[in-house]
Amino acid sequence: MQALYAQLLVGLINGSFYALLSLGLAVIFGMLNIINFAHGALYMMGAFVAYFLLNLGGINYWWALLLAPIIVGIFGMILERTMLQWLTGLDHLYGLLLTFGIALIVQGVFQNYFGSSGLPYAIPDQLKGGMNLGFMFLPVYRGWVVVFSLVVCLATWFLIEKTQLGAYLRAATENPTLVRAFGINVPRMITLTYGLGVGLAALAGVLSAPINQVRPLMGADLIIVVFAVVVIGGMGSIMGSIITGFALGVIEGLTKYFYPEASNTVVFVLMVLVLLVKPTGLTGRAA
Amino acid sequence: MTTLTDDTLPVTPRAMRDEMIVFVLMALLLAAVPFTGVYPFFVMQALCFALLACAFNLLIGYGGLLSFGHAMFLGTAGYCSAHALKVWALPPELGILVGIAAAFVLSIITGYISIRRQGIYFSMITLALSQLLYFIYLQAPFTHGEDGIQGIPQGHMFGVFDLSKPTVLYYVVLAGFLAGFLLIFRIINSPFGEVLKAIRENEPRAISLGYRTDQYKFLAFVLSGTLAGFAGSLKVFVAQNASLTDVHWTMSGEVVLMTLVGGLGTIFGPVVGAFVIIAMQQYLAGFGQWVTVIQGAIFVVCVLTFRRGVIGEIAHYFRRSL
Repeated sequence: MQALYAQLLVGLINGSFYALLSLGLAVIFGMLNIINFAHGALYMMGAFVAYFLLNLGGINYWWALLLAPIIVGIFGMILERTMLQWLTGLDHLYGLLLTFGIALIVQGVFQNYFGSSGLPYAIPDQLKGGMNLGFMFLPVYRGWVVVFSLVVCLATWFLIEKTQLGAYLRAATENPTLVRAFGINVPRMITLTYGLGVGLAALAGVLSAPINQVRPLMGADLIIVVFAVVVIGGMGSIMGSIITGFALGVIEGLTKYFYPEASNTVVFVLMVLVLLVKPTGLTGRAA
Repeated sequence: MTTLTDDTLPVTPRAMRDEMIVFVLMALLLAAVPFTGVYPFFVMQALCFALLACAFNLLIGYGGLLSFGHAMFLGTAGYCSAHALKVWALPPELGILVGIAAAFVLSIITGYISIRRQGIYFSMITLALSQLLYFIYLQAPFTHGEDGIQGIPQGHMFGVFDLSKPTVLYYVVLAGFLAGFLLIFRIINSPFGEVLKAIRENEPRAISLGYRTDQYKFLAFVLSGTLAGFAGSLKVFVAQNASLTDVHWTMSGEVVLMTLVGGLGTIFGPVVGAFVIIAMQQYLAGFGQWVTVIQGAIFVVCVLTFRRGVIGEIAHYFRRSL
C-alpha cells in the first residue's frame, strides 16, 4: 500500500506540471492562435534560471519562484514582439513550426553548455524532511509542489474567468477587432498573455528543479505528453485543462504501480481511446 | 482560410511538360553521380530522406495536413525490413515489401485515429502517436532497444544485383527513389490530387460540392505513410542498421524542415531540401549540438521570411509550377 500511495503522489506531482503547462498552452492558443511548441524549452529555462540565481547570485528558492517566471516571461514577450506577432493571419501551422524552431535553438544552446546530464538543485531548508501521515510518509517538498501548483492554477482560473482583465481577455479571444474598437490595446494584451503562459511554464520548471534535477532536455519529452493532455482535454476551458492535467497525472501514477511497463505510454493510449470515442476531446469544442 | 501556396497554378500541358523536363534532368544528374567522385553514401542517404520528404509533402503540401510524426513510418518500416532481412533471412525485395506492408498497416491505424481532428490538433496527435510508438520500440525485444538492429545483410536483389557493391546499391536506391517520386508525381496530377488541393484551399466548399473530404484525407495519409515506409526500407540497406533515432520526434522535425526549406507544396522542393539539410549535417557534424541550434534558426528564418522555400521562390519568379 505504501508504494501505491507513493506512486499516487508522484502522479499528482506530474499532474501539477501537466496542469500548469497545458493551462499555459490553452491561454496562449486562445489569444495567439498558436500552439507553443517552445513551451517545454521555456519550462526548462525556468529551472535553469532558478539554478543560475542560486549558484551565481546566491538568490534562494523563494525568490527564484517569483523571479524565474518573470525573467522567462520577459524573454517570452520579447519572442512574441520580435517574431510571433508577424504570423498573425497566417495558417496555424506556421506558429507551430516557428516555435518548434525556437525550442530547438534554446535546447541546443543549453545542451552545448551543460551536456545532457542533470544538475542538482537542493530542496530549500524550510521544505526539507517529511511528515508521517499514518498511512504514508509524505516528503514535505512534494506535498508543497502539489498544493502550490493547485493554488496557482486556481488563481489563473480566477484571473481569467472572474476579473475585469480576464473579461477583456476572453472578449479579445472571441473578437479582437471589436475589442480594439472599444479602445483596448489588444496587441499589448496578446504580448502579456504570452508572457503569462510562458511564466506558468517557467514556474513549473522551478518547482520541478529539486525533484527532477535541471536538465537541458527536461522539457522536450514532457511537452509531447502535454500535447496529448491538451488533445484529451481540449483547449476550450481553463478548468478543463486543470482537471485533465491532474487526472492524467494520477492515472499515470496508478499505471506505474499496477503495470509499470505502460507508464510511459498510458497518456498516449488514453488519447487514442478518447479520440475514438469522442473526437472533440472531453471538454473541447470542435476545432 | 488555409493559404499555404499563394499562387496555385492550374495543371496545364505546359506545366506538366516543364515538370517532366526538370524530372529528366534530375534523374540524369543523379544517375551520373557514381562517375563524379561524390561520396555515394551521402547521396544515397539524401535520396532516402528526399523520398521521405516527398511523401510528407504529399500530405502537407497537397492535403494541408501537417504531420509531426512521419518518423514513425520511417522507423517502423526500417525495423520490420531489418528484422525480415536479418532474422527471417528474406531476400532484399521481400524485406522491402515487409517494411512497406508494416508502414501501410500502421498508416491505416494512425490515419483512422488522427484524421478525426483537424489543423493544429492533427499535428499534436501525430506527434503523440509517434512518441507512443517510440516507447513501444524502446521496450519491444525485437528492436534491441538502445542498440538497434545492427549488421543487416544486404544480399542480392532479385538474386542478381549484389547490394554489397556500392555502385549497384546506389542504382537500386536511385531506382527506388525515382519510382516513388514518379508515383507521387502521378498522384498529385491525378483527379484525386486535384480534389486534395481543393480540400486544402477550402474544405467547407469541397464538402458542399459533394466530396467526402475525410475519405480523401485518409487516403492521402495512407499513401503518404506507406511511401514514407518505402523510404525507411531503402534506408536500411544504406545504413545497414535500424535504430531508435529513426523513430524519434527529432527525425519528424527534420523531415518538416527539409520540406519547408525546399518549399511546401512544390514537387521538387522536398528533394532539394533533403540534400541541403543532409549536406549541412554532414559538414557540421563536428560542431555537436550547434547543428540543432542551426536547424532551429533555419526553421525560424524560413517561417518568418522564406515561406515559399527554395523551389517555391524559383517557381514564383518564373510563374511556373515546379
